[in-house]
Amino acid sequence: MLRIGVDVGGTNTDAALLRGSDVLATVKSSTTADVTSGVATAIRAVLAQAAVDATAVNAVMIGTTHFLNAVVEGRHLEKVGVLRLCGAATRSLPPMIDWPDTLRPIVEGGAAMVGGGVNYDGSELAPLDVKAIRAACRDWRAKRVPAIAICSVFALVDPRMENEAAEIVAEELPGAAISLSHRIGRTGLLSRENATLLNASLNKLGRETVGAFRSAFAALGLNCPLYLTQNDGTLMAAEFAERYPVFTIASGPTNSMRGAAFLTGLSDAAVIDVGGTTTDIGMLVAGFPRTRSEGAMIGGVPTNFRVPDVYSFGLGGGSIVRPGQQPTVGPDSVGFRLPQKALCFGGDTLTATDIAVAAGLVDLGDRSRLSHVTPDFARQMLAQMKASIETVLDRMKPSADPIPAILVGGGSVLVEGLLEGTSVSLKPDHFGSANAIGAAIAQVSGEVDSVVSLEGTSREIALEAVVSEARMRAVEAGADADTVTLAEIEETPLAYLPGNAIRVAAKVIGELRA
Amino acid sequence: MKYWTLTEADIDRIAIGCGILGTGGGGSTYHGSLRAKALLREGKRIRMVRPEDMTPDAQILGLGGIGAPTVGVEKIAEGGEGVRLLHALERHLGRKVDALLGDEVGGGNGIAPMLTAAMVDLPVVDADGMGRAFPEVQMTTFFIHGQAVQPAGLADADGNVLIVTEATTPKMLEKLLRAGTIAMGCTALMTTAPMSGDFVRRFGVPHTTSQAWSLGDAVLAARAAKADPLEAILKQSGGVRLMRGKVTDISRRVMAGFTRGKLTVAGLDADAGRSLTVEIQNEYLIAREGEKIITMVPDLICIVDSETGRAIGTEELRYGLRIDVLSIPAPVLLRSEIALESVGPRAFGYDFDFVPMGVSADAPAVPHYKEDA
Repeated sequence: MLRIGVDVGGTNTDAALLRGSDVLATVKSSTTADVTSGVATAIRAVLAQAAVDATAVNAVMIGTTHFLNAVVEGRHLEKVGVLRLCGAATRSLPPMIDWPDTLRPIVEGGAAMVGGGVNYDGSELAPLDVKAIRAACRDWRAKRVPAIAICSVFALVDPRMENEAAEIVAEELPGAAISLSHRIGRTGLLSRENATLLNASLNKLGRETVGAFRSAFAALGLNCPLYLTQNDGTLMAAEFAERYPVFTIASGPTNSMRGAAFLTGLSDAAVIDVGGTTTDIGMLVAGFPRTRSEGAMIGGVPTNFRVPDVYSFGLGGGSIVRPGQQPTVGPDSVGFRLPQKALCFGGDTLTATDIAVAAGLVDLGDRSRLSHVTPDFARQMLAQMKASIETVLDRMKPSADPIPAILVGGGSVLVEGLLEGTSVSLKPDHFGSANAIGAAIAQVSGEVDSVVSLEGTSREIALEAVVSEARMRAVEAGADADTVTLAEIEETPLAYLPGNAIRVAAKVIGELRA
Repeated sequence: MKYWTLTEADIDRIAIGCGILGTGGGGSTYHGSLRAKALLREGKRIRMVRPEDMTPDAQILGLGGIGAPTVGVEKIAEGGEGVRLLHALERHLGRKVDALLGDEVGGGNGIAPMLTAAMVDLPVVDADGMGRAFPEVQMTTFFIHGQAVQPAGLADADGNVLIVTEATTPKMLEKLLRAGTIAMGCTALMTTAPMSGDFVRRFGVPHTTSQAWSLGDAVLAARAAKADPLEAILKQSGGVRLMRGKVTDISRRVMAGFTRGKLTVAGLDADAGRSLTVEIQNEYLIAREGEKIITMVPDLICIVDSETGRAIGTEELRYGLRIDVLSIPAPVLLRSEIALESVGPRAFGYDFDFVPMGVSADAPAVPHYKEDA
């Protein structure tokens, strides 16, 4: 199977072409404002490098920060009407109460809190108020609100009212983009509602972006399915991404960690991604990034998305070096201006890259411009950079025992030899394109998070029901049903709840359907 | 009368402090502080009053949330629960209530009475019945010192109000309220019997909202100065750091309706090579290093994020989390012989007597109290 993985970062767009598990070619090109033309350039280059014809490619996987940037910058977002199915409950905290004042007016399209929702045990909280839903729709129609987010209390226990409400909204507002909370988030009404709102708001951009990718690929002669990578490093089919763009919002760090795992064959290791400006250190556990316990803030909006637990600090190839009594490296960087600013490239700034060149770790630019950088000073600076990585690494490690470390990213040329606290420090081939490779090898997942009561049933039956729902979602997202396996299952006993209620979060993962 | 009228910035500080005083339980302060700030923006006011300034015969009502925090994040409060409960109780008593207070300063309940107070414009007493969080209703200095068992009550989001007019013991009251809470969908607002100003002055843990504010203020100041938030917390609370480390093991299970578990922390930095275990029953109860018990309930064991000083609840604990474990001496009222019967180690099933860690000192009121408002 021939796959192309693309990672669109703030500065660079990386592409990798893989046949099975062989990396045939990797390229780096500049990210463009429209995203699509940069992706097309990278794909064309990677195909040319490997002398592979576009028609032979079986799948293209793209990881992009496009949707994240849209939220952070408040651009390309649409107004969203929020329909909360809640009965009398929850009215003390209306929708969007914890949104930043900058973003709220851009997205706010009017909220209706109406009868509906269920209790933790699935019993009805209030009957669905069809009349109120229709009235809200009339208001949204008058205001030409193009997207609607529907969020029901305990939608994860019973999603039926959300589905029913969606049918009514579709009837009243034909063509409106409707996002349902039970397909988006986890338990926690406000953060799930927020994520659903963001998704609805990104819907138009999602359709446009995917549409632009499709036409660009047709122009390139690619005739294969398109996938986008999600926050957890797994894939979703393009038609799914059009409806759930919010799932792509934090896929960047995940892709490079998954790529590191693939390139080394290690499933439990520290991944040190040294870029131009920052170094990101995260932990691979069973082949996937360890996630943060609290939900991600996206453009200042609290959501309950799980994102990798990555520690980011100011050290990279572009870090500015200041000699003196106590010389420093970073945290500031020349960033994407490295090719102009670094001394070795004819610029005026001593950077971490110049140190690596002076120390002979890498052959770049004009080394003679660095004759004033003594070998002693270069070694001292390299040791200092290594020590700062080692300090963060020690904080991130699960225990004091040495663990393997994988160095990826263009800036990892700065690090030589064994890092303290590691059993081995690997810099695999293609380390500079681990992110694109991570996108190319991504699998397909399905996830469910729900509160279940064990009253009148056994724990095994209850867990199996959750897992099979997750399986169904994975297959829907493009997984080969025969390869789907349980990746994680988390049971949280719920204090103070009767009937032995537990919260079960299950995730299954499978190979992409050929 | 001197009042302290809260601002949105005060709410942020109090929320951080209530989180720390929650000793791992008490529920999140997030919803409460969002709601409190929304009420202030609507033009409502939240006024605190010191217990020593209350008239002896003032009627004071304790309010707080009861139920499963996991339900509370989904079926959020309607907002008028406290007002309905207050009015129902006033009708039952045949007299007006003069001020509100929280039974439990730790966690979300440290903010809960302020929300109702803002809606009916009653002051909130700067005192509580725990000085921290405990799992059960009867574990307050008020009940320990003979607060009446009835009337007590519950109100839910849907408009149901339950008044308990007779209960034989505080423990029985707790059972009745739990049963009512379950019927209400596992989340409700609760009140216990009204208390006099004199009773609260004598048996309330004084100035705990002030204490929460001071802790929160210290944390925010440390963050702004890029200083160690834990040092700020210790300086403010008279506590000691038990360990800086990372979570290497966490086990949790539910027994008899409560989360029980054990946390293992491996030391980092200056504490490298040491290891601490913390035993959990909804709250952090016992800290041991090897066989030696370092801190035991009712002294406070608090866990905060090493970098931000944010309190970490028992439900958030997970492998690899970098935390500081600290211990704060319990308020004077919790260490008396009679209090230890209800909230000492034996009350939680341990077979040993309470040994104090450090010297108890009640927190001073913040200097923000001003004549009338």
